[in-house]
Amino acid sequence: MEPFNTLTGIAAPLDRPNVDTDQLMPARYMRKPREGGFQTFLFRDLRFDDSGNEIPDFVLNQEPYRQARILVADRNFGGGSSREQAAWSLSDFGIRCVVAADFGDIFYLNALKCGLLPVRLSIDICLILRRQLHAHPGFKMTVDLPQQRVQAPDGQYYSFSIDPFHKRRLLEGLDDIGFTLTHETAMSAFEQGYRQRFDWLFDYER
Amino acid sequence: MPDCAALQSMTPTSRSSTIVSMSKTLYERIWEAHSILEGEDGQTLLHVGRHIAHDGSYHAFEFLRQRGLRVRRPDQMFATPDHGVSSSSHELAAITDPEQRRVVELLEKNTQEYGIVHFALNDSRQGIVHVVGPEQGITQPGLLMACGDSHTSTHGALGALAFGMGASDILHVMATQAIWQRRSKTMRIAVEGILPLGVTAKDVILAIIAKIGANGAVGHVIEFTGSTIRSMSIEERLTVCNMAIEAGARAGMVSPDDTTYRYLNGRPFAPKGAQWDKALAYWHTLPSDADAVYDTEVALDAAVLSPMVTWGNSPEDALPIDGKVPDPAAETNIERRAYLLRTLDYMGLTPGMPLSGLVVDQVFIGSCANARIEDLRAAAVVARRGRAVVPTLVVPGSTQVKLAAEAEGLDRVFREAGFLWAESSCSMCVGMNGDLVGAGKRCASTSNRNFVGRQGKGSRTHLMSPAMAAAAALTGHITDVRK
Repeated sequence: MEPFNTLTGIAAPLDRPNVDTDQLMPARYMRKPREGGFQTFLFRDLRFDDSGNEIPDFVLNQEPYRQARILVADRNFGGGSSREQAAWSLSDFGIRCVVAADFGDIFYLNALKCGLLPVRLSIDICLILRRQLHAHPGFKMTVDLPQQRVQAPDGQYYSFSIDPFHKRRLLEGLDDIGFTLTHETAMSAFEQGYRQRFDWLFDYER
Repeated sequence: MPDCAALQSMTPTSRSSTIVSMSKTLYERIWEAHSILEGEDGQTLLHVGRHIAHDGSYHAFEFLRQRGLRVRRPDQMFATPDHGVSSSSHELAAITDPEQRRVVELLEKNTQEYGIVHFALNDSRQGIVHVVGPEQGITQPGLLMACGDSHTSTHGALGALAFGMGASDILHVMATQAIWQRRSKTMRIAVEGILPLGVTAKDVILAIIAKIGANGAVGHVIEFTGSTIRSMSIEERLTVCNMAIEAGARAGMVSPDDTTYRYLNGRPFAPKGAQWDKALAYWHTLPSDADAVYDTEVALDAAVLSPMVTWGNSPEDALPIDGKVPDPAAETNIERRAYLLRTLDYMGLTPGMPLSGLVVDQVFIGSCANARIEDLRAAAVVARRGRAVVPTLVVPGSTQVKLAAEAEGLDRVFREAGFLWAESSCSMCVGMNGDLVGAGKRCASTSNRNFVGRQGKGSRTHLMSPAMAAAAALTGHITDVRK
């Protein structure tokens, strides 16, 4: 995955709460192969009508937001289904950071896995940011992961918190498996004990 | 969000977690029993006791292969196809969408390659993973479980700690049989009192979500406690825990008790003989202590609840059946007003209109929320009273549920009432098998999500209990089943 350090890019305001993963990436596209990319399925039913034509009102169909790298949303972003395709569709589109008041728990973790930084700021700050972005369309916001802060169009900085474990993974662009397997000795010893203690879990007829 | 007058006020105590106490919660006990080590960043590497998989797991299997890895502990993994499975027949050819057919075939191939237990399409143990796990006794108290589906929280009803996760984390589980996590906050939701006639587990969980919000439990693992939960059957608890995720929780759970042990005894994958005694002795050590401390406390009075129905596009948009569609003009928060306007437009509703009497185009009785035998019995009690006036689809949650229902003659009851009796699958809850609600059509549904487009592009979903859905089928409109 692509490391995340400091990102400066066009930020799009998305003025709606409860953007669930069904809206981000409708279920009917879930079986598409990973190689083809998921960018065209992002917000499919909000971006395109039944004939496949763009819906002009939708923010990502407007200039300069077609080049958006950051999305500033409202509360409860990414709730619902565990489909990682929702995070893929955002990152394949080019969005590498979503700012919201809170996130669906599974979406939050999925986003981190594909180098997409979910930033939690209060619902009031999200509103301030969206209003400023509406006032300055195309403003390039800066998201600084090492410093854990976002710079608003008016120059103000807003700090956000992130688990140091997730921060390090994003900065290094590493996934967990290689790291986890460095604990092979502890894992094997644990598994042996687990199998003895809970032997009934391993003695079943198929 | 709408506040239900019937509900007590929330009491967010946010007690300090640093209180020194020997007492523990079920969550803490399972966490400790699966903790391999603590990383330097404060995250814990947790062993995954059992991993259950469905036809959506092909991405993770593919990533595994690309990276030259293997499934580390295939005997801790169980699989069955559900999302893309046809509800008209379990012949592979009945899956008409080639992409869905391909991933059902891939599940068979992948599980064969690694020797993973697989309840295939034609196996009488096939079904929705969250119905099959408990039903087969694969889900057990004290287990830490993982599955690539958000409704994995369901399994917590038996006293397991069960997480839904995305493809990358499932890949991690396959490769390492472990997962990194930081300990969540705990929320106790105490439901006390006797449920009034006609009020079900589905109404309890919808009332909870309406009260705390769709993000009300973010960062928490919920434990459901109280006399109402204690007197519920396992199937009712499964319905409650199923929708813990709709309140934003990482997991939902219920401490095991005699109801749990009675439910598990004799199930195919439950321990037997001396091993049963050993397991039971362990399970008895698991329940949360009475004086255990939780980070957040919520209380709900069951005795004043009514059947609940959703009107909007989030499960938090739930009201008692005698409720009215909210009026955007009365909303002072402009963001919230915009949400209401957009939602009412999408749902085809006008402000102030009563939910009772709202005309529906079709009815769906199914999904991992409400497609177990007790759900079908509840729907059948209502179905006996008349005939469906709108298309009504009944999809059992598993093939075992289907066989049990047929043995009791419920299929005949449904057929005689004009309901369509189908083969087990996720079906119209997510619409991936072609069972869809048309654009602009209104569906009374026992499923767990009323999102925009969830049951098909433009679909209008109203969530409710099986009895309420059956009543809507007979009258053609949303109906108070108590009347």
